[in-house]
Amino acid sequence: MIHLTILRRGTMKHSRRRLTTLAAVGLTAALSLTACAGGGTDSAEAEGDLTPVKLQLQWLPQGQFAGYYTALEQGYFEEEGLEVEIIPSGGDIVPQDALANGEVDYAIAWVPKVLGSIEAGANITNVAQIFQRSGTLQVAWADSGIESVADFPGKRIGSWGFGNEWEIFASMAAQGVDASTVEIITQDFNMNAFLQGDIDAAQAMTYNEYAQLLETVNPDTGELYQPSDFTVIDYNEEGGSMLQDAVWADTERLESDEEYQETTVAFLKAVVKGWIHAAEDPEAAADTTIAEGSGWGYSHELWMVNETNKLIWPSENGIGVIDEAAWDQTVSLALETVNETGAAIITEEPPASAWTNEWIQQALDELEGEDLDLTGEGFEPIEVELTEGGQ
Amino acid sequence: MTTDGLAPALRRRRSPGVWLRRSLLGVGGVLLVALLWEGYKLLGPEEGVLVGDARVLPRTTDLAMPHVWEMLARLASGTTRAPSADPLWFTVGEAALVTFGIAAAGWLVGVAVGMALALVMLRWRLAQASLLPWVVLSQTVPLIAFAPLVRSWGARLELGAFEWQDWMSVALIASYLAFFPVAVGALRGLESPDTLHAELFRSYGVGWWRTVLRLRLPASVPYLLPALRLAAANAVVGAVVAEVSTGLQGGIGRLLVQFAGQASGDPAKAWGPIFGAVVLGLVAAGSVALLGGTLRNYRRGEVSA
Repeated sequence: MIHLTILRRGTMKHSRRRLTTLAAVGLTAALSLTACAGGGTDSAEAEGDLTPVKLQLQWLPQGQFAGYYTALEQGYFEEEGLEVEIIPSGGDIVPQDALANGEVDYAIAWVPKVLGSIEAGANITNVAQIFQRSGTLQVAWADSGIESVADFPGKRIGSWGFGNEWEIFASMAAQGVDASTVEIITQDFNMNAFLQGDIDAAQAMTYNEYAQLLETVNPDTGELYQPSDFTVIDYNEEGGSMLQDAVWADTERLESDEEYQETTVAFLKAVVKGWIHAAEDPEAAADTTIAEGSGWGYSHELWMVNETNKLIWPSENGIGVIDEAAWDQTVSLALETVNETGAAIITEEPPASAWTNEWIQQALDELEGEDLDLTGEGFEPIEVELTEGGQ
Repeated sequence: MTTDGLAPALRRRRSPGVWLRRSLLGVGGVLLVALLWEGYKLLGPEEGVLVGDARVLPRTTDLAMPHVWEMLARLASGTTRAPSADPLWFTVGEAALVTFGIAAAGWLVGVAVGMALALVMLRWRLAQASLLPWVVLSQTVPLIAFAPLVRSWGARLELGAFEWQDWMSVALIASYLAFFPVAVGALRGLESPDTLHAELFRSYGVGWWRTVLRLRLPASVPYLLPALRLAAANAVVGAVVAEVSTGLQGGIGRLLVQFAGQASGDPAKAWGPIFGAVVLGLVAAGSVALLGGTLRNYRRGEVSA
């Protein structure tokens, strides 16, 4: 026993030295970490006159958001006196929740998803309907016999879920398809499940997943898949399309906070200019979003910007102006459509505060004098050639 | 007793030959996995192995299982085909470093909190009875529910000049997973000395803190080291999942999602960040093993533990 105590004391001495070294190493590591992290805070203080604004996106930086990033890159936000921080999502960050919680000043989100949040208590307003039409497709093999939603019964239909399935259910309801005869299968971020035959028709955005298919080599031919290999069902023609990307703002602040009203108009002006620039120079817009951290290759990014432009332009009443008929259709579909669990998006009409054209109209009026194509009359999409893997 | 206890400590000073054999075994293990992969890909049915409707083994197509050499070649080529693009291994490595830093911060916080909890539970029986169930319960909260909340709280937190950064939310979530094994392991370790030893200390009139420092802490090392390793693995998993969940840019979790989205046209690319995450886990566990090396003298007890 005594022997053991002595031994322990002996080892303790140089173990203590070791512990001290360890502690020192740990402390240095911790200090250097804090030093790295400290760099981010002082940039906001440098530009004292600019109003800080946070914009929450609904996904990773990519061509879908080209207009906002272009506005940032071209300095349009700064011209309007704003210091804008664009915050990407990518997982469980729900833009409308971040806005309703006061974490951000504006958010980009799809209308039907937000309608559900508004009914659940989120007090937010659609101030600009950037996408005038839906970009959702359902893609099937050309020889599958699936040519419209009416052909869905008995088939395995892919959807990402999380509110992306509503257009499918709405279109089925519009065409009198009994939803219980259709198997809805949750789809991954890529098109592998479709390519491998696990689903008969996959959900795809015109600007992303559809391009992924056209970037994949057809093992039978050794060449890329061609549009003729697929049947494309466009939800705009199926009676169930709903409004997508819109700019949302805080309703209460819009009503009472004059500074926020001014910021909203200024913000929308810069956003409009950003999207006009992206329409005129999609190549530059693709470069911008890649520089902002989009992980796509250039051809895919350019495709994305170009297809996104097609969803925005032309905007007959001016970019961002909410078309009341389209809004009403989205609301009535949201009220009527039930999904496989029997739930509807909303159970009663949203409040009048859910949308307004007041601020976007003001922004457009202020931009009227400048030499800008606010309706996209002269908009011409470009031809994008996709390459393998979208590189 | 003393000679028995000493023998393993002496044995632990290994000759270079042992190290060589160990590294060869390690390389062999990796090669074996690669061989199994290619072997199954060559011989397995294209549609995979199905039991009823459930697929128990994956498809062997190039889309589902790219060749090992294709994945390696993909790592060496550019992340995108843009002339300015970094090679994929560099992009992945950079992201892995970011995640490693965040996980390390989370690990440090987790270890500190875990140790503190263990000490509190050791000091007061009542605390142990009331805290331990909560510690266990804390691990049943689903991470994907918890992560956005943490970010949301963080975004609204401002303390003077200190501004909550997004990476801190991720580190906090990593620490939330890391503290658990430390708290439980450390408590067991601190309680491990024989009553005889504890009573000897008491009969010499040694105080509680000193007993902890001189007797209980050294005795806890054999329990603590596995707990720290578990904590490191948990911190990495927590950091990766939280990155995905909160949408943090720059880390490996983000690359996993991003490249998974590109897996149809470029199947080999999606495996890059997966390899990165594996290496990250190994490095994290290895760092703790190094730490274990410095505490070697306390590890005698591991034999009898």
